[in-house]
Amino acid sequence: MDIATARRIDDIAAAARSIGRPVRLMEVCGTHTVSIFRSGIRSLLPANVGLVSGPGCPVCVTAQRDIDAAIELACREGVIVCTYGDMMRVPGRVGSLERQRAEGADIRVVGSSRAALAVARSSPANEVVMIAVGFETTTPATAAVILEAEREGVENFSVLAVHKLVIPAMSTLLEDDDVQLDGFLCPGHVSVIIGSDAYRTIVDRYNIPCVIAGFEPPSILDGLARLMNQIERTESKLKNAYPTAVTPKGNRVAQRLVDSVFEVADAPWRALGVIPQSGLAVRTEYSHFDALSRFQLTIGEDEDHPACLCGQVIQGKVTPDACTLFGTTCTPLKPYGPCMVSTEGTCSAWFKYNVPRRIPPAPVSESGP
Amino acid sequence: MNPAAKPQPNDDVIVRAHGGGGEMMGRLISDHIVSALGNQTLNALTDGAVLPCNGKHIVMTTDSYVVQPLEFPGGDIGRLAVCGTVNDLAVMGGRPIGLSLGLIIEEGFRLDRLDRILDSIAKAAREASVEIVTGDTKVIENVRGDGLFINTAGVAELDERARLGFDQIRPGDAILINGNLGDHGIAIMSVRDGLEFETTLRSDAAPLNAMIGDLLSSGVAIRFMRDATRGGLAGVLADISDRAGFGIELSELALPRDPHTRAAAEMLGFDLLAVANEGKVLLVVADSDAERCVDIMREHDTGRRSARIGRVVASNPPLVELVTEHGGRRIVQRPYGEELPRIC
Amino acid sequence: MCLAVPGRIVSVAGDTASVDFHGNRMEICTLLTPEASTDDWVLVHAGFAITVIDEAAARETWSYLEAAGTTDSADSEDVHGYRHGPAH
Repeated sequence: MDIATARRIDDIAAAARSIGRPVRLMEVCGTHTVSIFRSGIRSLLPANVGLVSGPGCPVCVTAQRDIDAAIELACREGVIVCTYGDMMRVPGRVGSLERQRAEGADIRVVGSSRAALAVARSSPANEVVMIAVGFETTTPATAAVILEAEREGVENFSVLAVHKLVIPAMSTLLEDDDVQLDGFLCPGHVSVIIGSDAYRTIVDRYNIPCVIAGFEPPSILDGLARLMNQIERTESKLKNAYPTAVTPKGNRVAQRLVDSVFEVADAPWRALGVIPQSGLAVRTEYSHFDALSRFQLTIGEDEDHPACLCGQVIQGKVTPDACTLFGTTCTPLKPYGPCMVSTEGTCSAWFKYNVPRRIPPAPVSESGP
Repeated sequence: MNPAAKPQPNDDVIVRAHGGGGEMMGRLISDHIVSALGNQTLNALTDGAVLPCNGKHIVMTTDSYVVQPLEFPGGDIGRLAVCGTVNDLAVMGGRPIGLSLGLIIEEGFRLDRLDRILDSIAKAAREASVEIVTGDTKVIENVRGDGLFINTAGVAELDERARLGFDQIRPGDAILINGNLGDHGIAIMSVRDGLEFETTLRSDAAPLNAMIGDLLSSGVAIRFMRDATRGGLAGVLADISDRAGFGIELSELALPRDPHTRAAAEMLGFDLLAVANEGKVLLVVADSDAERCVDIMREHDTGRRSARIGRVVASNPPLVELVTEHGGRRIVQRPYGEELPRIC
Repeated sequence: MCLAVPGRIVSVAGDTASVDFHGNRMEICTLLTPEASTDDWVLVHAGFAITVIDEAAARETWSYLEAAGTTDSADSEDVHGYRHGPAH
């Protein structure tokens, strides 16, 4: 490890000693969660510094009812569903997109919404629907292809838009008296779009330190050190530890694009319920690109496993091992809750990188490609 | 009628991940195939079967190839079909004697394309110094559009000096790999629909029998070998730790990885430890012979970037642990199955 | 929440750019970064450039790759080196 990183770890340890009590910091973003686990950062932190994983994984927070709608679309005659790979295995009430593909549904994994639009162009006889998940970083890509489809008159393209907003989710957490947090490590790439000023309301209203950080382990440690430093001095400020990419106002072009296509709306979050003004709906002038109205989909209700604690895990109220399903009935192989499905889901990350296997190992052997 | 008329539960049919070389496939093999067909030889679940024959032993293996697309940077389905089976024989300590070639071809398949793939088979067989000695050809209706599926089986003479098996592995043994991780899996992704990117990366598909043969004849103490194909290095290490009952400690800094492959893996959101290889063998060797093994492997083109990447440890429970390049520690789990590109 | 990696723009045609990610080239949409031009470094998420970043920062993110591949048979005990991790 280099000197700067070692110094950061020392800074965190010194602050932790001086604070003297347990400190709970939330990394809002699932990509931070993965980077923290992959790099083993937890093993480098003092015992009284706890990292809590927040609601920043689009796979985890997409409501079951929305997954069900995607699955229903995939079941329709002549429909091609395009999705980011992340969503393939997320369980709906019954089955998953992966399961529907096995059943013969035409489901394509794409790396970009533009690739979905390309599928629509090359399959004029089919309806092509992009399952548009994600936070503020991903939303502009959805808005951009809707405008492109409009411009080019691509008639057979639509999106099932289930985009989420991060600031309302953070506010909701802080309104809950059961959630005890000392600081937020804020998502770097969402912040590229929304700008650092977007967190002012959180810092001002709730008096909690917020630090925006990048995703390389040194940058994460830097962010954590800056949070600890504020807590030590009982300050609550907004700091930008990722200034190479994040500006105060964010990407205005992207913001305008999103505003022109979407409007803020109430949205259902998996295991959290409906959070007011926390999602985006396609504006009526673009409703022909909105799969909801185009296919007259009716969105049902969620029926989560009664013992699943994903809701509380996402809010940082409990760690995954508090759930009776974790590692026993709920594993990455057969996930019940969304936090186990996504690679960046808290439960999956715990299972994959941190916690010993609890299921008996399966003998595996294979050969060839 | 649309075959996908209504949503289906998750666990009653085969999904692609069942073929991904991870946890899903392990369950399929143990719960269905072994439970129906198990016997002492099959239950060992190794890359090939070692069978007695006139006071000596032969090794037998078979493998089917369904890769899409059929041709990709650095190889094609034909090259894979030769290398995969040769390598399965070699890691069992076998010197390949002959291969069979089963072709299942969809009607409409272009003959010039078939010729190209057959040429590639011939070239790979020459590299591996093995011949295709028998075969079978079937034509089926046009299902996929450009369908060609290949099965190869192989027979080898066992090098009787080889003492290989999970039960030979001891704490303190060294873990070696013969080169860069993940090149094959990433090269395949670069030509997948919806994800294409241009790259100088090439699949690492190559026959390893010459290199492995040199290792065996040098008399170094090799405990175990396996080619790290689907499921990548993580899959093989999980098998070793489960079956040998020991932990494994890997050093991330020691892992040989091509910078371009690493960059592409970051782009796609892949963990290179779980990405497929087609010319990589993972070896467990006695610590005292580790450097000699690396030297021998480096004399071969297929082993130029060989490295010692970890060691077997007596940990309880037996886990595969990675010491990260940042000095932290994390557990490496068996991959689930198919790696999917992600945005998160 | 969102994987994003830095790449360098090799060429631009309309709102599409060919972006190089350490030897891998991908077609990327530049609608969100209309100011981006050839030789600029951009941060790319889901096929879209989301911001222009300065070269030094981008190279720093990839710096671990420059050093990678040079470690020969390192022993597990010899792990002292440090390199930057990937951007997500």
